[in-house]
Amino acid sequence: MPDGTMQPPVLRVEDLTVRFTRRNTDVAAVNGVDFSLQAGETLTILGESGSGKSVSLKALMGLLPAYAGVSGKVWLNGKEILGLPAAALAKLRGGAVSMIFQEPMAALDPVYTIGEQIAETIVQHEGCDNRTAMKRALGLLEQVKIPSAERRLKNFPHEMSGGMRHRAMIALALACKPSVLLADEPTTALDVTVQIQILLLLRQLQAELGMAIVFVTHDVGAAAEISDRIAVMYAGRFVETGTTRQVMREPMHPYTQGLLSSTVHGGMRGRALETIPGSPPNLAELPPGCAFAPRCRYAVDACRQGDIPVVTTETGAMARCVRAEELVEA
Amino acid sequence: MSFTTMDVERPTLTAAPMLDAPAAPTPGYWKSVGQRLLHDKVTMAVTLVLFGILFITLGAPLVTHADPYQGSVLARLKPIGTPGHWLGTDETGRDLWTRLCYGGRLSLLAAILPVTISLFVGGFLGILAGYAGGWLNTLIMRTMDVFYAFPSILLAIAICGLLGNGLSNSIIALAVVFIPPMVRVAETVTTQSRNLDFVEAARASGTTTLQIIRYHVLANVLGPILVYATSLISVSIILSAGLSFLGLGVTPPQAEWGLMLNSLRQAIYAQPYVAALPGLMIFLTSMCFNLMSDGFRSAMDVRLNK
Amino acid sequence: MSAALQQDPRDRGGPAQPLLIVENLTKHFPVRGGLLNRQVATVQAVDEVSFSVRKGETLGIVGESGCGKSTTARLLMRLMNPDAGSVVFDGDPVGEKRGISVSDMRRQMQMVFQDSYTSLNPRMTMAESIAYAPRMHGLGRKEAYDRAENLLSRVGLNPRQYARRYPHELSGGQRQRVNIARALALEPRLVILDEAVAALDKSVEAQVLNLLSDLKESLNLTYLFISHDLNVVEYMSDRVMVMYLGRVVEAGPVESIYRHPRHPYTRALFASKPTLDPDRRTTEMPLTGDPPNPINPPSGCRFRTRCAFAQPRCAETLPLLAAPFDGDADPSHVVACHIPEAQAAVAVHHA
Repeated sequence: MPDGTMQPPVLRVEDLTVRFTRRNTDVAAVNGVDFSLQAGETLTILGESGSGKSVSLKALMGLLPAYAGVSGKVWLNGKEILGLPAAALAKLRGGAVSMIFQEPMAALDPVYTIGEQIAETIVQHEGCDNRTAMKRALGLLEQVKIPSAERRLKNFPHEMSGGMRHRAMIALALACKPSVLLADEPTTALDVTVQIQILLLLRQLQAELGMAIVFVTHDVGAAAEISDRIAVMYAGRFVETGTTRQVMREPMHPYTQGLLSSTVHGGMRGRALETIPGSPPNLAELPPGCAFAPRCRYAVDACRQGDIPVVTTETGAMARCVRAEELVEA
Repeated sequence: MSFTTMDVERPTLTAAPMLDAPAAPTPGYWKSVGQRLLHDKVTMAVTLVLFGILFITLGAPLVTHADPYQGSVLARLKPIGTPGHWLGTDETGRDLWTRLCYGGRLSLLAAILPVTISLFVGGFLGILAGYAGGWLNTLIMRTMDVFYAFPSILLAIAICGLLGNGLSNSIIALAVVFIPPMVRVAETVTTQSRNLDFVEAARASGTTTLQIIRYHVLANVLGPILVYATSLISVSIILSAGLSFLGLGVTPPQAEWGLMLNSLRQAIYAQPYVAALPGLMIFLTSMCFNLMSDGFRSAMDVRLNK
Repeated sequence: MSAALQQDPRDRGGPAQPLLIVENLTKHFPVRGGLLNRQVATVQAVDEVSFSVRKGETLGIVGESGCGKSTTARLLMRLMNPDAGSVVFDGDPVGEKRGISVSDMRRQMQMVFQDSYTSLNPRMTMAESIAYAPRMHGLGRKEAYDRAENLLSRVGLNPRQYARRYPHELSGGQRQRVNIARALALEPRLVILDEAVAALDKSVEAQVLNLLSDLKESLNLTYLFISHDLNVVEYMSDRVMVMYLGRVVEAGPVESIYRHPRHPYTRALFASKPTLDPDRRTTEMPLTGDPPNPINPPSGCRFRTRCAFAQPRCAETLPLLAAPFDGDADPSHVVACHIPEAQAAVAVHHA
């Protein structure tokens, strides 16, 4: 957690909007996302499928297809990066910003060894010679705690087990000491005993290297383990943000409350689960006003029209809800 | 148990709000395929052309009154646009338009019949191999591999040579050539759909193998097989014309596009445009079948048009 | 389909007879390779698995990928044939002359799959999919479709809106409801739920879990609930069975297992569960590395390669399920571990 002395944020995002427009559909995937991130801080974007969390990450990395309309402003280390030419963006990717994925094979090339891939990235971004790069690669594998790293350097991705491949992907992402690491559901496909290892590793690497992490997940448990702050996303908007404690303990937005109460955890046997009725909205036909209103038991007329006011508490938590204040008091 | 279920809101069971329910029920699968086809301009256009070809061939007596076999020494090799012979005449003075119309009958028959035979035989063997798996699959598929060892045109020529020339032998030869790829396509799609969860679910519901094939496998396998068969017709037209061209198929004086192309070969310097007309018909028909199969393929893909 | 089911004529064994008794169920897959496609190794997917399911209870099977829990489900449904072992359904041995035939068993035992999309035929409407099995079993068209519509409303989908829809027009949660309705169409007594909520969003998962609980009560069902999600298994199950690399390592009543896990693997599994409390985060890795390859697993106890308490005899003899050493546990709690200290170690507890 950064202390009170405000350093300039490593990453600042303002009004990020993504629309997918094709022949006859207009999908509003991300509708104005704002956040800023200090060095060494982890922000988790928590949301269900279709909430726009992964699209937001891809938009930051410039990885969306050409028909996606991206607007807004993104500053990385004080420099505006959205709309940079492709070549400049490619230089940023894997350099100052890098990304890890749910499926390691999305990042690893099956025809090169792990060592070659990491060294190649270092050579490309820093222009050093191959031998130094290989030495750095070895150091990185040790840093992500791959046993017998020297031997693993010469392994192809398919020769490694699932958890090991995950570590190799993280090593590749950290190759050029990024200031921001974007993590797109990196632990979703893993078994619990491996998932906790990866979460602990990320926490430890962050403490050593000081990068900022944007961690995208649908898993409340993973979010509680890794984040400093949580942003809850619904229908392309942050509906609530706050520190992990604030969001987990005193959720203000009815959606966050519903999400937490419908997440099964220990000691709930014999009780019926409190659920959110219905299913997530169609992003091509978002209702006016609050997108959650049709599923919300507290919805009033004001929720169904116009812009929804943002409520901010003195502790810095935010909720985008007409009735947030009365709900918290109640 | 009673009080816990009573006091908690359970809207999902009682009056589940159907938020994302589309307004009207969608039509059945084949109906929606048909609707998509109607909106596909290219497929509609080639289908129209094919219907046109079908009309002039099957309805030849309606579009021409000349005799396809009656030549005239005086009217030999007339150019396109000659009064009375608007597409000219061939080397024995027969009206080319009439020959093209009547010739199309045999050309289409010699192309479509082998594909139909291979569709039934190959489709059956492929579905059998795909669904049964095991040694039966190995037996069927390895046998087909033997045929794959020969290039298709060589195989067709060899079989024709063995059986002697004539229309029926050319049809048999082409059917034999088309069965192996048909088996392979049918086997692949069947194996894929056999391993789908919904087929497993049907097996788990205790229904018989025949019922599962009929309700779950066939519906999902038939589409790709039919699409493939349509594209095979385009190949078949060229191959059967090729066999006739080589003198292995239809025998003179019968009219058939490949055979006509062969006999007009000598006139290629005298009347190049007239000599090219049978070839043009072969090309046009083949291309139309090919485009139609593409259209079917995309119309049948549910997810593509979601 | 009402309370009249209390007196189910199919209940032949009476309440004391377990609905399902599985003994030494085993399935080994050959791994072929080399020039002549010879067998080079074996995957011991399911190895001597025994358990029983009582009438009206939910037995949870939990474990990581490759532990054999889904293979067990497929073996029970006879979607694949076991290499060894016997299954007794309500007193009748399955697939034996003096017992019950596989197809008769399938009418009383149904399964819901993980992937809601691929488990529905894309060419069939929801009503067709649900009505399919009853029709094939001889129910008339009208009756079968009436039953399908009835089931649709039972699982919370308005039949007038959903009966004529195709799978791609529904959301994942709605499709899984249809899959549940289809599994119920033959009025089974036992339903195997194989990761049935794993692919759903949390808010939808909770809806489906509530639905399953309601259906169980109103239809007198017995569940075999297979999942990798420890919290969901705890919530749903009366008894729990923990599997590791094809073998059962621990089984017993849910409270006993979750409160006093005896097997070092079970303990590590529970300790790996993310906390929901930001002030009590996990600080130590309960286990290192991945589960070993199920091809040619370790000799003796399969967990010994990752176990902190492993001793030479763990490699020599295979531990069998037995009552824990400390003895004060629920008598039905069994654990497969040789080492008393390993069983007695303190569990890491989370909120």
